[in-house]
This record gives sequence, structure tokens and C-alpha cells, in this order.
Amino acid sequence: MDLSAINPVLLVASIMVSATPILLAALGELVVERAGVLNLGVEGMMITGAVVGFAIAVNTGSPLLGFVAAAVAASALSLAFGVLTQFLLSNQVATGLGLTLTGLGLSSLIGKPYEGIKSPTLPKLDLGPLSDLPVVGRMLFSHDIVVYFSLALVAATWAFLKYTRAGLILRATGESHDSAHALGYKVVLIRLAAILYGGACAGLGGAYLSLVRVPQWTEGMTAGAGWIALALVVFASWRAGRVLVGAYLFGGVTVLQLNLQAAGADVPVALLSASPYVVTILVLVVISARGHHGAPAALGKPFHATS
Amino acid sequence: MDDTLLRIDGLTKAYPGVIANDSVSFAIGKGEIHALLGENGAGKSTLVKMIYGLVKPDSGVMTLNGAPYHPAKPSEARASGVAMVFQHFSLFNALNVAENVALGMETPPPMRDLARRIRTVSETYGLPLDPSRTVGTLSAGERQRVEIIRCLLQDPRLLIMDEPTSVLTPQEVDILFETLRKLQAEGTSILYISHKLEEIRALCDHATILRLGKNVGTCVPRDTTAREMAELMVGSSFATPQARATEKGAVLLEIRDLSLPAPGAFGTPLRGISLSVRAGEVLGLGGVAGNGQDELLDALSGERLAPAGTVHLKGSDVSRKGPAHRRAEGLLSGPEERLGHAAAPDMSLTENAVLTAAHRKRLVANGFINWTRARTFAEEVIARFDVRTPGSGTAARALSGGNLQKFVVGREIAQAPDVLVLNQPTWGVDAAAAAFIRQAILDVAARGGAVIVISQDLDELMQVSDRFGALNEGRLSPLRPVAGLDIEQIGLMMGGAHDMEVADVNAWP
Repeated sequence: MDLSAINPVLLVASIMVSATPILLAALGELVVERAGVLNLGVEGMMITGAVVGFAIAVNTGSPLLGFVAAAVAASALSLAFGVLTQFLLSNQVATGLGLTLTGLGLSSLIGKPYEGIKSPTLPKLDLGPLSDLPVVGRMLFSHDIVVYFSLALVAATWAFLKYTRAGLILRATGESHDSAHALGYKVVLIRLAAILYGGACAGLGGAYLSLVRVPQWTEGMTAGAGWIALALVVFASWRAGRVLVGAYLFGGVTVLQLNLQAAGADVPVALLSASPYVVTILVLVVISARGHHGAPAALGKPFHATS
Repeated sequence: MDDTLLRIDGLTKAYPGVIANDSVSFAIGKGEIHALLGENGAGKSTLVKMIYGLVKPDSGVMTLNGAPYHPAKPSEARASGVAMVFQHFSLFNALNVAENVALGMETPPPMRDLARRIRTVSETYGLPLDPSRTVGTLSAGERQRVEIIRCLLQDPRLLIMDEPTSVLTPQEVDILFETLRKLQAEGTSILYISHKLEEIRALCDHATILRLGKNVGTCVPRDTTAREMAELMVGSSFATPQARATEKGAVLLEIRDLSLPAPGAFGTPLRGISLSVRAGEVLGLGGVAGNGQDELLDALSGERLAPAGTVHLKGSDVSRKGPAHRRAEGLLSGPEERLGHAAAPDMSLTENAVLTAAHRKRLVANGFINWTRARTFAEEVIARFDVRTPGSGTAARALSGGNLQKFVVGREIAQAPDVLVLNQPTWGVDAAAAAFIRQAILDVAARGGAVIVISQDLDELMQVSDRFGALNEGRLSPLRPVAGLDIEQIGLMMGGAHDMEVADVNAWP
């Protein structure tokens, strides 16, 4: 094994790229779960975003339009989940799983004509002197805009939940929908808005996979990223800062094991490929084992105003 | 009629199959404390929900301060000066006091100003409260203060209080009444909902009595006896439970120094609880909610196993045995939560009967349920305990609170328990059903059973118990004979004068 083949600068740079899709999807799901809704359809919404974003970007030549279309498409898919669970009171777990299956099937249908095509990708941002810095410039300051957008979204999500009144109402809805209803807040509408936002975030994450990270369309290309995003939210105890840590941990192990494979590490490839999932799950178990992890009290419970 | 604040005229609200309010009319004067009395299901909650804008009336009009008043949502009611303190607190456990208050306001000031205003108001009205505490860690009395302060910050003209004292110690009730009288003196009107008649007589200027959704009378509580008001509520007279002097027999249940860690983040640990109950005796355990009542019941029923050597049933150690074994040995229990703990909501009464009576009533043979015997047993409980239901096939969820409570308590009593442990046996149950359940408890003791009744209703405990103890932060006060106890001493026991415990711990056998 030749460890010197691994370039630390490129490694860090690719960790940031590799973590971004999960980070975006997990931030969206964080808001959804804080509102008390468990949407297990993240995987389905991500891959819908991936294929729609790819198709639109190829047809219009504009990756940014692709991102916008991806967010809209995944939001539309999540609207189905919202209507089913919030108005028709269907079971959230079953509906979420159904959403994932729908998304996977829909995406392979839409994506058939686009296999093997290369899409236009996002340009790297030129941050002037910052990008020219030695080492750090290549590592941190020569990415595309979505990477920085996702980092800004971490801060924005944190501040929204902690400091704004809307964030407080959202958290209150997730803690006790009955109390929120008694105070006159529109629980169903608040939750629907959160679900749509979560869908948009998952769509952006999916589009980042097909437009920047890979960048082409292959069937089933999310490969469980949506599930990891879901797990991250729990591992992060429903906090934005920890979602960032988790996403970069998962992204880091993913990139590292790819590099190790390339460097010819003396470990079975299957084991290396599984390592990001294993490491993330292990960390999740360790964190959960500490007991109190602050899940929103009304998470996954259906709400129906009786009065 | 210048001094009328809110006038209600012909308010009607029907739900499928039931008329919750049938043309109810009354008026609340300025600076008046007006009581709204009625049994469970009499329509009190629906009525105040209409005043607070949570429910739209089918017909009828309300006038507030001479102007038409028809709030479409609670925020409009709040804007008009109507505030409400809920029976089941509308609070968020994971948020802090200031955040909880902010959620109940239309345009809350920035958090720091809000925290300061909370401190000011809480001091003015003698309701000490720290704005930065997490609500989940507060006692029931403190939680209520959060609700009250949330209302007071909006300078309400009408304050609606839905059964505010059901979770308070006598001392806390006194503090609350002080606050309410102070508000009254400042010109605030209060609509006070309760079925505790003595409180209403002590506090309220006028009372409106609802029965089956209709206004059946008004009275001046000070000039009316509690019994007269109760009979207006029920519509007929009912029997007060009669205790029979019984011989106290051998010790049936003994707990020795039982300690258990808290079951969860918001639970209470049990700390060194010792007690014994004899045949023919009723032991009443009082205390404010959340001081270890649920945990004690779980430890006694066997839902949580206790450390070896702590729980002794008829002389043998059952500490490490589960509920099925304890039931077989004659220790039966009825938890507080009717739906979801005492009974499975979506299962029929017959199925629910099988769940606890399978062994003692031989409803199961060779692993198969004998449905005929099960149905007979369920019907026997229904008949003997006057459970109003279409039949034993009805889902538990479909029964009213009082009827389901009669069923779950009756189900245990019909199994002829040696030791019966009940938590809040008459919680949310109307007066007639409560009297019935209390009589059934006394009958178990008269038959030679030992009973532990855990309750927050002190009147109830005084009525049925031979001895009384109070739980406070998971500790049990010394047990005292009920005869000769006064409310002051009980308050001290509930408030946790732990020094008494050191001195008196061995005073009672």
C-alpha cells in the first residue's frame, strides 16, 4: 500500500464535496423532524432531485436551473407525503417508505434517456486572494457555490431554530401539537411547510450528486445517502451544528476509503466500501447509548384537531 | 347593565350524536369570580372553548363589554382581553419558561425584556418563577404559574381557569386564591371551572350549573351548601360512601426501604419507602402529581422490578416477580392512565378483561382463551359496577372516562384481590361515579382485603382511608391515622417537611 499516493489537500477538498449532498438533505430533515414529522422518504426525494436536476441542467445547459428544478420537484413529491400524513392522517413511517420507493421508481423512468450523458457542472467560485492561499486555498476556498450555501444553511438553520419566533413555533409544534393547537397555532400548515422545505433540501442534495459530485446520471445513484441523512439527524440529537459534524464524518470516511482502495490497502474492498456506513452507525449507537438525546416529543405522532 | 363584562345568550354546539351545549345563557360581571359547575361531560369545556375561540358555536351570541364578540381563533380572543389557563396544561416540556410564555403572546418582546417582565409579574402576584428553567423540570404548581403568568402579561379582562386546583397542594391552592382575589380587586373577571364545591364556596361570587349541556340553575355559592350544589349538578341525590368499622387483620403487603432510580428524564426516583398494609385497611397516599406516585404503582404492580427483599406479599418476597406472578398471588393494581395503561383503547371490554383477569378467573385454558367465560366475566363487571355501555364488545375508547374507570377498577375488584393498589381511582370521574368507586374500595377492605389508594384528591383520601401518608420527591412521609389529621398537617406532609421523617420514621409499626 502506498499512502503517499493520497494527497491530503485533495482529500480535504473532496470530503467537502462528498459531504454536501447528505448535509443538505439532513438539514432539511432536521427541520421536518423538529416540527414533529418523521419523513422516511428522504432517499426518494433525493433521487428525484438528482434526476430532475440532471435532466433540466442537460436540456437548458444551466446547472443552477437544474438545482432550482430539483428543489421544486422534490418538494412536489414531499407534498404528496404531506397531504397523505397531515390531512388524511396516514401512517408516517409507511408513507415515508412508500415515498422512497416511488422516488426510486420514478427516477429510473425519467432518467432512462439521460444515462451516459455528461451534464454541465457548476463552476468553482473564485474567491480571489483566498483561493490563491497555499494549501488552504485549494482545500477550503476553491469550491462551487452550493458547498458554501450548505455551510451557510447550517448557520441559518441553527439561528432560525434558536432565535426566531417562527423557529420557536416550529419547535413547539414538534414538542406538543396539542398544546400548540390550544394556543391557536395551525399545526397542520406549519408541518406542511416544514415538509415542503425538507423536500426542497433533499432535492438540492440529490442534484448536487448528479450535477457536481459524479456528475452524471446512473440509476439508484443516491445509494443510501438519504438513509444516512436520516440517521445523521438522530445522531446529531436534532442540532444543526452536529449535523455538520456528522455529514463531514461520513463524507470523510467515504473519501478516505476510496483513497485507500486506490492506494491498494490490504483490506477487502467490500469492507472498505461498507466502512462509512459502519462508522456512522457506530457513532450513532455510542451517542444514543448516553440516554437522553432530546427527540422532539411529538415526533412521528399524527395530529388531528378534535375540537 | 353597565357592570356586565361578558354576556352569553343561547349558545348551542352539537357534535355528531351529542349536544354539548344546548342554548346556554349567563352573564359575568366586571370584577366578578364566576363559577361554572358541572359533571364530566356536562359541556363546561366546550363552552369555554367557544368563549376562547377554539370552537365555533352553532348558534347563539356573545357580547363582550357591550360589543358583539365572536372570536374565530384564540388570538382574536386574546386580543379582546380573554385569557385562559388550561386544565391539561398547554405547555411545552422541552422549552424554557420564557419561551413557553412567548408562544402564548401575540407580539412578544425580545427574550431579555420578556424574562424581566416575567420576574416582575411573578413577584407582584406572589408566584415566584425563574424564566430560564426548562418547563419539564417544574412541579405541577409551578407549571400552572407559567400558564397564569402567560395570561397576566396580556392584561386580560376575563381570565378563564379550567380546574386549576386539581394538581395543587392546599398551600398552593391558598396562594392561587390570593392571586385570584388580587386580580379581582384590580377589576379582572374570572370564570372559574371546577367540580370542587368547597373551593367554589370559598372563592366565587356566582355559580352557573350545567347538566347535560343545559344551564340548570344559578346560585350564590356562599349561601348554598355543597350538597345542594352537588345535587343540582347530578340531578338527583346520591349516597355518600359509608365506611364500616372493620377488624384489622394480618399484614398483607409490606414494603421495606424501597429505592428505585427514576425511569426517565422527567420521572421521579423512589427513595427509601417503607410501609405495611393490613387486611381490612385502606392506606391513602397523597401528594402533588409527579412526586413518585406512578413510580410507586409500577414498583408495586411489578411493571418495574424492585430490588430483592423490598416488596413482601403475604410474607413472601415478590420483589423480583413480574405483574403476572403478583396478580396470581393476589396483588392487583389499577394505574392512573385509563386509556393506554389500565385499558387498551381499541380493544373490546371483554378483551380488556382477559388482559388482567386471565389467570385469576381462569379465562385461559391450555393457552387458548375461553371467550364464553371471558364474556361472562366482563358482563358481570359491567352489571355489578353499573358501567353504562352498549355491551362487552364495545371498544374501551368508546366509553366515557367515568364509565371506563368503573370498568377497570371493577375488573380488579371482581377478581377478589388480597391487596389492591389504585392510582387516582376517581380522576376525571363525575361525582356519582366517584362515590360508587369509593364505596367499592371500602367494600374490598370490609371483605378483608388491603387497599392502597394513591390520589391527589385529599377529600377522597380522608373519606376512604384509615391511615394517610404523602409522597414528596419520591419519599414517603410517616403514616398517620386519618382520624384527627387536619388540613394544615396534611399540607406539611405533602410539602415535604423531611425533618419529621427522621423523628417519626419508627413511630408507626
